[in-house]
Amino acid sequence: MAAGSFLRGLLRRPTAVAGLLVIAAVVVAALFAPLLAPYAPDDQMFDGLSLEGAPLPPSAQFLLGTDTLGRDLLSRLVFGARTSLLIGLVANGTAVMIGLFVGVMAGYLGGFAGAALMRFTDLMTAFPALLLAIVLAALLKPSLWIVALVIAMVNWVQVARIAYTETRSLVERDFILAERAMGAGPARILGLHILPHLVPTAIVWGTLGIATTVLLEATLSFLGIGVQPPEPSWGNIVFESQSYFESAPWLVFFPGAAILATALAFNLVGDALRDLLDPTQRGRG
Amino acid sequence: MLKTFLRSTALAVAVAFAPAALVTGAGTMPAFAQSQGGDIVVTYKDDIATLDPAIGYDWQNWSIIKSLYSRLMDYTPGTPDLVPSLAESFTVAPDGLTYTFKLRKGVKFSNGREVVAGDVKYSIERAVDPKTQGPGGGFFGAIVGYDDLVGGTATGLAGIETPDADTVVFKLSRPDATFLHVLAINFASVVPKEAVEAAAGDFGKKPVGSGTFVLKEWVIGQKLVFARNPDYFEKGVPHIDGFTIEIGQEPLVALLRLQRGEVDIAGDGVPPAKFLEMSKSPEFEGMIVDGQQLHTGYVTLNTRIKPLDDVKVRQALNMAINKERIVRIVNGRATPANQPLPPLMPGYDKSYEGYAYDVGKAKALLAEAGYPDGFPTVLYSTNTDPQPRIAQAIQQDLAAVGVKAEIKALAQSNVIAAGGTEGEAPMIWSGGMAWIADFPDPSNFYGPILGCAGAVQGGWNWSWYCNEDLQKQAVAADSLSDPAKKAEREALWGKIFIDIMKDAPWIPIFNERRVVAKSKRMGGADNIYVDPTRVINYDAIFVKP
Amino acid sequence: MAALFLRRIVQAALILLGVAAITFLMLYALPADPAVLLAGRNATPQTVANIRHQLGLDQPLAVQFWHYLVDLVQGDLGRSFNQKTAVAPLIAARLPATLTLMAAGIAIEVVIGLTLGVVAALRRDGFVDRAVMTMSFVGVSTPQFLVALLLLYVFAATLGWFPMSGYGTAAHLVLPAFTLGILGAGWYARVVRSAMIDVLGQDYVRTANAKGLSAPRVVLRHALPNALLPVIAMIGIDIGQFMGGTVVVEAVYGWPGIGQLAWQAIQQVDIPIIMGVTLVSALAIVLGNLFADLVAPLIDPRIRTA
Repeated sequence: MAAGSFLRGLLRRPTAVAGLLVIAAVVVAALFAPLLAPYAPDDQMFDGLSLEGAPLPPSAQFLLGTDTLGRDLLSRLVFGARTSLLIGLVANGTAVMIGLFVGVMAGYLGGFAGAALMRFTDLMTAFPALLLAIVLAALLKPSLWIVALVIAMVNWVQVARIAYTETRSLVERDFILAERAMGAGPARILGLHILPHLVPTAIVWGTLGIATTVLLEATLSFLGIGVQPPEPSWGNIVFESQSYFESAPWLVFFPGAAILATALAFNLVGDALRDLLDPTQRGRG
Repeated sequence: MLKTFLRSTALAVAVAFAPAALVTGAGTMPAFAQSQGGDIVVTYKDDIATLDPAIGYDWQNWSIIKSLYSRLMDYTPGTPDLVPSLAESFTVAPDGLTYTFKLRKGVKFSNGREVVAGDVKYSIERAVDPKTQGPGGGFFGAIVGYDDLVGGTATGLAGIETPDADTVVFKLSRPDATFLHVLAINFASVVPKEAVEAAAGDFGKKPVGSGTFVLKEWVIGQKLVFARNPDYFEKGVPHIDGFTIEIGQEPLVALLRLQRGEVDIAGDGVPPAKFLEMSKSPEFEGMIVDGQQLHTGYVTLNTRIKPLDDVKVRQALNMAINKERIVRIVNGRATPANQPLPPLMPGYDKSYEGYAYDVGKAKALLAEAGYPDGFPTVLYSTNTDPQPRIAQAIQQDLAAVGVKAEIKALAQSNVIAAGGTEGEAPMIWSGGMAWIADFPDPSNFYGPILGCAGAVQGGWNWSWYCNEDLQKQAVAADSLSDPAKKAEREALWGKIFIDIMKDAPWIPIFNERRVVAKSKRMGGADNIYVDPTRVINYDAIFVKP
Repeated sequence: MAALFLRRIVQAALILLGVAAITFLMLYALPADPAVLLAGRNATPQTVANIRHQLGLDQPLAVQFWHYLVDLVQGDLGRSFNQKTAVAPLIAARLPATLTLMAAGIAIEVVIGLTLGVVAALRRDGFVDRAVMTMSFVGVSTPQFLVALLLLYVFAATLGWFPMSGYGTAAHLVLPAFTLGILGAGWYARVVRSAMIDVLGQDYVRTANAKGLSAPRVVLRHALPNALLPVIAMIGIDIGQFMGGTVVVEAVYGWPGIGQLAWQAIQQVDIPIIMGVTLVSALAIVLGNLFADLVAPLIDPRIRTA
């Protein structure tokens, strides 16, 4: 498909356009956070708390109010975009890499090694993913990178299965059998004929997976086992404010809305990409 | 000369064992003011782990175990004042090495059997026996034969003798001024051997004791139902007919139910956010109990890690923390602290002023120590709210004097492990694991957390602080087991803690008060809802008629 | 059929063994020492060593794992470090709560999902259809804790229609079940819709239509049973997902299920309980998949012959 018609296809979908706009906003917030944020995200301002130590509601001075330590919520949300995006890219990028590697190796090698790799993948599907992530995040020493690693470890399986199926179907095609007969090495076959076919899969899952990753990071941080303070993450803002959700609901619902909007945007764009890049899937769930 | 304390002289004991100012509230309340009857509902978030007195060591089961079992010694409700309980009387030999107890006659376990001296011996041996896997064995270290039992060369404690069915004699290998307190902690609760054996390792779920209440029903993960023990040896105690503990209830949710009258006591206390609302609202008048407890929250400064090994640096950090602001973050539910002991503890020095908050002085002292620009370090904290928030407030104050602390908010077990590993954790915020005293005696704030014995692998002295000279003074103070020398001993301890502050191994942050919410029908003085030795004193609370 | 069944059982057993091995290795490699936590603040190093010895933690890893496996085969999940009691009854006592929540959550998903899915398929490109397609994405993009807190705020704290938390009556079940159910319902609707559209385009449905059968009759007798197939597959997956994935919902609503048990155990490094819950959850995932595989042929005969 030509790039032009691809782009036109994408822009014809209102949901995808909305998704792209949200993603663009998050990217801008992440890249230019220091310029956009009215205050430093970890500045616990003296006038940011009421005399009794309660967070302040939204006002002209603090557009979205302050958190329980007297920090500006808007500034923390803007900087939190960095955390979400960084984890989304790193964790999900790693997951797609691992998934592609395992799937392609299993599909290409076949035989015992292939079967063993796929049985291992089956094993990982039987793991309660959320539980596994919580155990690891709680008992390892958490940091941004550990959280990314934990998410990658539970997210690669799906990609591996798809990559395996696609590789299997490619390997048995005539042109690859012919290349092999002519003595082409595995590097050539993999690099020239198999991996290019998997690029759409990688793009689609790379996008959809970011949504899952953003949600998983938020959940881990919500349980207090995610990104380390004072680094802001949308999930840990909710965690720190949870006990105030009745008296200061803005502290829970603004970051919640940010998480929802971002995850939704990546899902919508990912879905549109899947439709455009993989016509056999069009119109299906 | 032998000193004999009979039950009839309980008031005299109280005066002898505690500052007179503390003898207040329920302890002196006439018994007829409390009405009998009523069933109440108490909520907790976490499951009750075990009701085995040799094992239970968290603050939820602590007060329940207190009421399920009885011990030789106990406290006047709401106070830190020791009184004989299962014991009718006791004598202490002048050398402080022999304690002789006469048991009260006719006390029965809830299985119907009479409590005899052998049960006391069995129960303490069981608490010390490594096979029990209990955490409290170390409290009994002064009893003769302790090392043999722990080391596996004996099956009992030679130092506990039972010449007849109602006499127990303890022989100590060294004087221990805290020994009467030790006999009042949960680990000294008396249990019947046959019930422990019949439970086949599940005694924690099938408890049998001789306390004020018995367990009627336990629906795992949901609720525990307790009913009064009609045979309890003190007439008119307890006052309520029973209580039900409902678990898995978020503190916020528990409060809303309390407001609707579905709950009588919210066991986990009042979360900060709700505290502000409740303390302002007339609707909640008479429903909040705000009481001091034997608690200090502190930051440990590891004396074996550079540059915290320099006393000037530790003193500077003590001046750098704005404790007033931290107290504001917990919505004023604490009081700034300047020394290890909490104000309620005997030995607390009211006149001590500590290190005042002074950024300029702190910077000057850091410069003097060779760190004009500060240094990077790591601050550990547990990962449950509000601890990471308090750690962030401390972090901001440290940053103001140039000390850049990275926060590690970890699961409690990881923090404890890091603290107990030499050279691992420069600073630890103790919140969530903080020292709440096992018994109201100043020595309880020294040994494991500031004494040399705790500065070992796996220990709890996370400052790795060991001052040999003060250690000697501590041993001397604990040898003054003659109750007549109580004041002298407390003065000694008070001085030890002030001397410790000269070395500044801690930054004392605040003494947290405990805020409990109770329904309007609950009666009794505040200090039996925030009892210094029990948290909630189920024996003393009552429902208003 | 019997041979297939047997093979699946053996496969499931092997997968569980693998899960046990990996979880075990993982938990014992973590930098957390349960003995120190259990020993408490008054412990001497000797007490800690004693406790470690009593728990068998001082033995080589392989020996520990072997003992665990031998017990596991006999149905013994070990004893909780913290509660000093057998793990199996602890999990068993909490299973009814999780199963109730799971069943109610799935029921909500299926009822809402089927209704919306059928309407969307029949009125293709209509308002409901577009809404369903978008809502299905909102459902999978919303963090569970957000919905839980929102429902709690609106329906319990503000309106007071339902209890805030607890367990026991149907009223207690409503909010947690809806938290689980409404997020998944959109995706069910989406799947039902596309299955329905497939079926509605097929010859036998067209024939039925041509024979003049009424539209509801065609949908109920012919189209819907076929659209149920993917729904059953999804129920199978959800059985597995919800078993280990209700930690957040159970934490927010104080629901006494195995998620709450697991969360408490994780904080206390109570390894036998963490192992037990992981295994039970893995078992649910395996059984859920098995259920989907085995029930599908009963509904659609074409799969049986294939």
